[in-house]
Amino acid sequence: MKKAKLILEDGTIFEGQSFGAPKSQAGEVVFATGMVGYDLSLTDPSYAGQILTFTYPLIGNWGVPPKEVWESEKIHVAGLVISDLTTHPSHWQSERTLDKWLKDEGVPGIFGIDTRALTQKLREKGVMLGKIVVDHDVKLTDPNEQNLVSQVSPKSLKIHKGGRVKIGLLNCGAKKNILRSLLSREATVFELPWNYDPFENNLPIDGLMISNGPGDPKKADESIAIIKKSLSRKIPTFGICLGNQLLALAAGGDTYKLKFGHRAQNQPTIQVGTKRCYITTQNHGFAVDEKKLPKDFKRWFYNANDNTNEGIIHKKLPFFSVQFHPENNPGPKDTEFLFDRFMEQFK
Amino acid sequence: MKVLLLGSGALKIGQAGEFDYSGSQAIKALKEEGAEVILINPNIATIQTSKDFADQVYFLPVEPHFVEEVIKREKPDGILLSFGGQTALNCGLALAKSGVLKKYNVKVLGTGISAIEITEDRALFAKMLQSIDLAIPKSAAVHSIQKAKEAIKKIGFPVIVRSAFSLGGQDSGVFTNMNDLEEAITRSLTKSPQVLIEEYLAGWKEIEYEVVRDKYDNCITVCNMENVDPMGIHTGESIVVAPSQTLNNNEYHTLREIAIKVIRHLGIVGECNIQFALNPQPVNRDQRPETGKKKSHDWSLDTGNYSPDYRIIEVNARLSRSSALASKATGYPLAYIAAKLGLGYGLTELKNSVTKKTTAAFEPALDYIVVKFPRWDLGKFQKSDYRIGSYMQSVGEVMAIGRKFEEALQKAVRMLDLGLTGLLDEKNQEDDWETPTPTRLFAVARAIKTGIQIPDIYKKTGIDPFFLEKIKNIANLEKEIQKSKLDRELLQKAKQYGFADMRLAQLKNTTEGNIREQRHKFNIHPAAKQIDTLAAEYPAETNYLYLTYNGDCDDIDPKSKIQNPKSIIVLGSGPYRIGSSVEFDWCSVTCAQTAQSLGFSPIIINCNPETVSTDFDMAKKLYFEELSKEAVMEIYKKENPQGIIVSMGGQTPNNLVMDLAAAGARILGTSPGSIDQAEDRNKFSKLCDTLEIDQPPWAMLKNIKEAISFAQKVSFPVLVRPSYVLSGAAMNVAFNEEDLKNYLKLASNISEKYPVVISKYFENTKEIEIDAIANRGSVLTYAISEHVENAGVHSGDATMVLPAQKIYLETEKQILAITEKITSSLKITGPFNIQFLAKDNKVMVIECNLRASRSLPFVSKVTGVNFVKIATEAILARGGISGRAPDSAQSTKWNQPNTSSVKSTSTGGMETDDRTPSDVANATNGISYVGVKAPQFSFSRVKGADPILRVEMSSTGEVACFGNDISEAFLKSIIATGVKMPKKSVFISLAGEENKLKFLTSAKILDQMGLKIYATEGTSAFLNSHKIMSEKLHKIHEKKKPNVLDYLLQKKIDLVINVVDPYFKTEFDDDYVIRRTTVDFGIPLLTNMQTAELFARSISEKKLEDLKALPWSSYVTHRN
Repeated sequence: MKKAKLILEDGTIFEGQSFGAPKSQAGEVVFATGMVGYDLSLTDPSYAGQILTFTYPLIGNWGVPPKEVWESEKIHVAGLVISDLTTHPSHWQSERTLDKWLKDEGVPGIFGIDTRALTQKLREKGVMLGKIVVDHDVKLTDPNEQNLVSQVSPKSLKIHKGGRVKIGLLNCGAKKNILRSLLSREATVFELPWNYDPFENNLPIDGLMISNGPGDPKKADESIAIIKKSLSRKIPTFGICLGNQLLALAAGGDTYKLKFGHRAQNQPTIQVGTKRCYITTQNHGFAVDEKKLPKDFKRWFYNANDNTNEGIIHKKLPFFSVQFHPENNPGPKDTEFLFDRFMEQFK
Repeated sequence: MKVLLLGSGALKIGQAGEFDYSGSQAIKALKEEGAEVILINPNIATIQTSKDFADQVYFLPVEPHFVEEVIKREKPDGILLSFGGQTALNCGLALAKSGVLKKYNVKVLGTGISAIEITEDRALFAKMLQSIDLAIPKSAAVHSIQKAKEAIKKIGFPVIVRSAFSLGGQDSGVFTNMNDLEEAITRSLTKSPQVLIEEYLAGWKEIEYEVVRDKYDNCITVCNMENVDPMGIHTGESIVVAPSQTLNNNEYHTLREIAIKVIRHLGIVGECNIQFALNPQPVNRDQRPETGKKKSHDWSLDTGNYSPDYRIIEVNARLSRSSALASKATGYPLAYIAAKLGLGYGLTELKNSVTKKTTAAFEPALDYIVVKFPRWDLGKFQKSDYRIGSYMQSVGEVMAIGRKFEEALQKAVRMLDLGLTGLLDEKNQEDDWETPTPTRLFAVARAIKTGIQIPDIYKKTGIDPFFLEKIKNIANLEKEIQKSKLDRELLQKAKQYGFADMRLAQLKNTTEGNIREQRHKFNIHPAAKQIDTLAAEYPAETNYLYLTYNGDCDDIDPKSKIQNPKSIIVLGSGPYRIGSSVEFDWCSVTCAQTAQSLGFSPIIINCNPETVSTDFDMAKKLYFEELSKEAVMEIYKKENPQGIIVSMGGQTPNNLVMDLAAAGARILGTSPGSIDQAEDRNKFSKLCDTLEIDQPPWAMLKNIKEAISFAQKVSFPVLVRPSYVLSGAAMNVAFNEEDLKNYLKLASNISEKYPVVISKYFENTKEIEIDAIANRGSVLTYAISEHVENAGVHSGDATMVLPAQKIYLETEKQILAITEKITSSLKITGPFNIQFLAKDNKVMVIECNLRASRSLPFVSKVTGVNFVKIATEAILARGGISGRAPDSAQSTKWNQPNTSSVKSTSTGGMETDDRTPSDVANATNGISYVGVKAPQFSFSRVKGADPILRVEMSSTGEVACFGNDISEAFLKSIIATGVKMPKKSVFISLAGEENKLKFLTSAKILDQMGLKIYATEGTSAFLNSHKIMSEKLHKIHEKKKPNVLDYLLQKKIDLVINVVDPYFKTEFDDDYVIRRTTVDFGIPLLTNMQTAELFARSISEKKLEDLKALPWSSYVTHRN
C-alpha cells in the first residue's frame, strides 16, 4: 500500500495509507457520523467538492451494490477519509470492494487516520479546506466559491411517467430517493435542471419539489428565481435540505454557514408546537437564518441539540421545506410521511 | 410519590448482574424526581441494596406472597416491573392477575401489563405481529404432544422448541426428529403450560435492536447489535458486535422501522429489546415471509431497494442483558431513561447524560466497535455437556472496545480471564471448529491459520465471511510476525490488530518485558478515547474511556498527566463467573465511592458490561479495559495515580499484584509480598507452621510417589489444592491413590506457575469464616460467620449464618487469636478473610485471602458496619496519601460498647500493640437478629450437570434474608432461591447407614407435619423400621413401576432430599438421574445433610405466614 497524507489548511498533517485512486485531491474537509450507508453518502451529490470523513471506523463492510441502488450515477465526494478499510466485504448485493470502486471512479481515499482526532479538530475549528496528497502536492481550493449546483445538476429535462399528479423536481443535485419517493406515491415527475424554468416552458406541473444539493445556496441564483415564480403562482412547493435554504432565500429570508454543519443520521428534530421528535438524516453546511425568516413564514422544525432551523412553513399557503432528508437513504425513515403530506396537497 | 421496585434476586444463568445495573439506575432516576423508593431484592451483594440507594430495602423473595405483604405495609402508589429481569416481570404479572395490584391501588409505571402479557405469551405475540403485517417464523403454540405432532406436519423439520415464560431460552433446543422432540416437549410442558414449535432459521443473521418509546410516541433505537454466531446459538451464548457490521443501510433501517412499529403497537413506555433473524442470501431462497408485503427482489430505480427477508424472533418488554450491553456499548443510560419515561417524561425533556447539553431523544453514533464475548464455566459442572446452543449456559460476559474488529476481538479474548494472550494462543488446542462450544471461535481461528478456506467455514458455521476474513487478518499477521523482523511498522500494526505484548513475545520467542521495552522505545502507546455517544460531533464531559492503538492522541485532558495527587485506581472484577460476581462489584463501587467522599479521584478499570462499576458516573473516571498488566500499566502511565487498590475486585486483580508491583506500580493496602505469602499455599502453610497455627497436615507435591506416601501417612481422604485459583478450581478430594494421581494431574494443569499442596481432608467438620479489616497489622473490625454445611462444601456454595449461632466461646477465642497473629505477621491493611475448620474445640486454618471476600457485602449489610468503607479508609490512610486524611477512629465509632479501644488509624497511627482479641471491634456485637446467606444454583441451566455440592464451587449467585432466628432467616433465603415449602409430599433417598441415621430425627419431623413421604427401597425400609411411614418408589434402573421418575413427572413430589457422599462415585448413577430429573422438572432439591436437617426443622417451626416481611431498617442500624 502507498503512503498518503491528509493536510488541512491550518497545517495539520495526518499520515495514512492510500486506497482508491492513487492521486492527490483538494476539497473542503467535512465529517459525517452515520454508521451505515457509505455507498449512499458517497453518491449523494450534496457532497460534491468535499473530502468526506466517516467517524465510524470500519468502512467497506458490505462492498459496493449495483448502480441502481446508489443515490446518483457516480461518486460525488472529492475524497474519502477513514480509519479502517474492509478489504473483504460480505454482502449478497456486493459487486466489488470499496477500494476498487474508488479506483474505478478515480476518487482518492486515505485510511489509517485517527478520524476521531480529525473530527474533534473540525468541530473545534470548523470545517477546513484540505487535501489528500499521494505523490505530488496540489493547491487547496474552496469548492464553495464555485457554483457546485450547476456542476451536479442534470443538463436536460427528463420526464418520469407515473400517476395523475405532476411534480416538477428542481434537481440541484437530488438524491435518487427523492425521485423514488415521489414515484412510489404515484406522481409523474418532471426532473428539471437547476436553471430550467418550468413556467416559462409551460410544463403542466401541479407542484414543485426543490431538491438537496451542494454548496452555498446563494450561488444557485437561477434556481431561486424559479422558486420565486412558483411562490407567486401559489402552487404547492416542498423543499429538502438545500431546498429549505433556497425556499427561504426565494421568499426573502437569509442563510448562513454553520461552523461544521450537520452530517449525521441521528439528528433529533422537533416539530414546533408538538412533543414529537424525529430522528433525521442531515447533510448540510449552511442553514436558514431564523432571525430573518421570510414574511408569513414560521419555524416548522428545529434541531433539539443546537436549536438551529430544521424547516419552515408558510402560515397560509402550501409552501414548506425541511433542512433534513425525509427521503433518508441513508438513515431513519421517520419523516417519510412528509412526502405524503406534500402529495395530499393535490387531492 | 412512593414507588415499589422489584429486583431480580440471586444471580443465575440467564439473569445476572445486569439487573443490578438497571435497578440502581432506576433508583437514581426515581430519587432525582423526589420519589420514595421501596426495593425488594434478596440479593444482598448488589449495589442497589446498599445504604443510600432506595429509601427502604426488603431482603425478601421476589415472589407474590412476600411482595403482597410489602405492598400491604408500604402502600406504594406505583410499581416498576421492568428493571428486575424475568423474575420481576413474572412476579408482576402474577400480582396483576390475582388482583393484588388493583386491590391496593398500585399503578404499573411504564410499560403496562397488557403489553407485557402479549410479549410473554408467544401465541398472543404471533397473532399481534401478524395483525400488523409483520413476518414471524412459521410456528405453532401447543399444549399437548398430539397438537405438536399436527403442527410439525405444517412446519417440517428442523424445528426449534421454546417454552413460554422462560428465562434465557431455557428448555429450548433444535430438533430434527419426532422422538427427541416428543421428549423435550413432555419436559417443557411440565414447567410451562405452553410450548412453541417453530421453523428453524439456522444460518440466518441474528440482529437485535434496543428501542425506547415515550408517552408522546417518540421512538428511538439506541443501539443495534449483530451476533457473530448466527441463529441457532442463543444470543446470550453468542459473540456479539455493536453496531451491526454486515447490514447495509436498507437492512439496518428497515429492521429499525419494523422495531419501532412493533413497539408502538405494543404501547411500550420505556425500553424494550427486539430480536430479528435476517436472511443473508435472500435471492437464493424461495422461502418468503408468510405475511408482509410480497415485494419482488427488484432493486431497480422504481423501488430503490429490495425488502429484506426477516423474521421477528422475540420482544422483551423490559430491560435485559442486551440493554445493559447496549448502555455500556453506547454510553446511553437506557435504564435511567426508561425509569424517567415511566414517570411520564418525554424524551425531549431529558438530557443526554454524557454530553449534558444535547437531548436524550437521539440515537448514539459510535466511532468504535464493541465486541461482547460470553464467559462460560461449564468445566465447573460434573458431567455437563460441552456444547452450546439455543439456550443460555454462559455465566458472564466481557465487552471490548476498539477501532478495529480485530483489536476489539483480541481484547475480548484476553478479558475472559482464561489466561489467553489472544485469539490464537496455543493454549487452545481445540480442533473441532464445526461444533458450537465455548471454544469454537478459537478453533475457527486455528482452522483459518492452518489454511482452511473461508467459504468452507462459513458453510459449516454460518459465521459471516466478514468476521472470518477479519480473523484471517489476525492469522496472517501472526505468520508475518513469526517470519519477519519486528520493526516499528510491524510492531505498530500488530498492536493495531490487538496483539498483546505477551502474545508477541510468544510469537518471537522472547519475553513480554523485551517486547514492551522495544515498544516503548518506538514510542508506541495506546490512545485513550472517550465514549461520547455522538462520535465527537459535540464536546462531551464524559469520563468514560477505552484504549486503542488505532488512534494518535488521547481525548483526556493533558493536565491529568501532571501527577494527580488525589487519583487512585480501583481494579474491578472482570467477567462474572462462578466464584466471582456482583459481590466484588459492590466492593469496587463502595471502595471508589468511599475514596471519592474522602477527597480522592478514583479511576475504575473493568471490562464487564453487567456491572454497576462500569457506569461512568460511579467514579471520577472509567476505563472500560482489560484487567491485564499491560493495559493497567498503560493507564497507570497516563494517569500517574497515587497507587492501585487491588483488594476489592476479587481474585482477578489479586492475581495481578506481583506483576503490577514488579512493573513499578504502587500497590495500596497490604503489601504484594504479604499477598503472595497468603496466596501461595506452600508459603502460607509454612507461615502457619512458624506462627504455630494449627492447620490440616499438608505437604507440597514434589512427585506422585511422595504424595501417595504422604496421603497414606495422614490417611485418605486428602484434599488437592492448587494456588492462586478462583472458586476452588481443580480442587478435589482424593479417597484413594487413583483419585490422587488424577487430581494432581488436573491441578498441575491449572496453575503451572504455582505449587500444588495436598492436605488431610477432615470429614464431619464445621467450617467457620472470619471477615475482617485491618490497618497496618491490627484488626479494626471483624465478623464471624458459620457454615450450615460441614466442610467439604466450597464456601461459596455454603449456607452462611451470621452471627454464628453454634460455636463455642473457646472456638471463637482461638479464631480471634489466630486472626490477630496472621494480621500482624502479614501487616495486613485492608480486607481479608480466613477460613477455619472446627472440630471439638480444635481450630485449624484452611485458607486466607488478603482481599475482599465473597461474603463482605453480606457481613457489611447484616451487621450495619460497612467493612469496605473501613477498609478503604485504612488503605488510603496508609502511607499518608494526601487528600482529606481519613479518620478511621471517627468513622468506626459506631454504637457499641467496646469501640473505645479501637486504635486510631489516622496517618500517624501506631503499629499494633498488645491488645487482646476482645479489644477489637466485633461487628456482630449486640445483634439479636440473624442473617442467612443461601447459594443460588443454576443446575437446571447446565445440561446434564450433576446438581451436587463439592469442594469446587458451582453456585452462580446468592441471596440473604433476615429473621428473628435462624429458621426464619433460612426459610426466607431458601425460598428466595426458588425452593418452595412442601405442601403434600417429600421424596427421600439417603445413601449409606450413617446418613440414614443422621436424618432420622428430621424425617420424623416431616412425618409429624403430615407430609407424605416417598423413598427409595433402602431408605423406605429404614424409615418404616423406625415407625415412619413411607411409600417405596422404585429406582429408575429397576424398570419397575411406580418409579421415582413417574412421580416427579406427575408432580406428585414437592421436594426431593437426596443425600449421598459426593466423593463416592459408585453411588452416582441412579441417584444422579434422580437429581438431574428433579432439577430438570423444577422441583426443589436438597443434597446436603445439614441443609436438609435445617430445612426440616425450620418448616416445622414456621409457616409461610410466620415469615415477617420487614424492611432492612427494622433489623439493622447502620453504624458507619
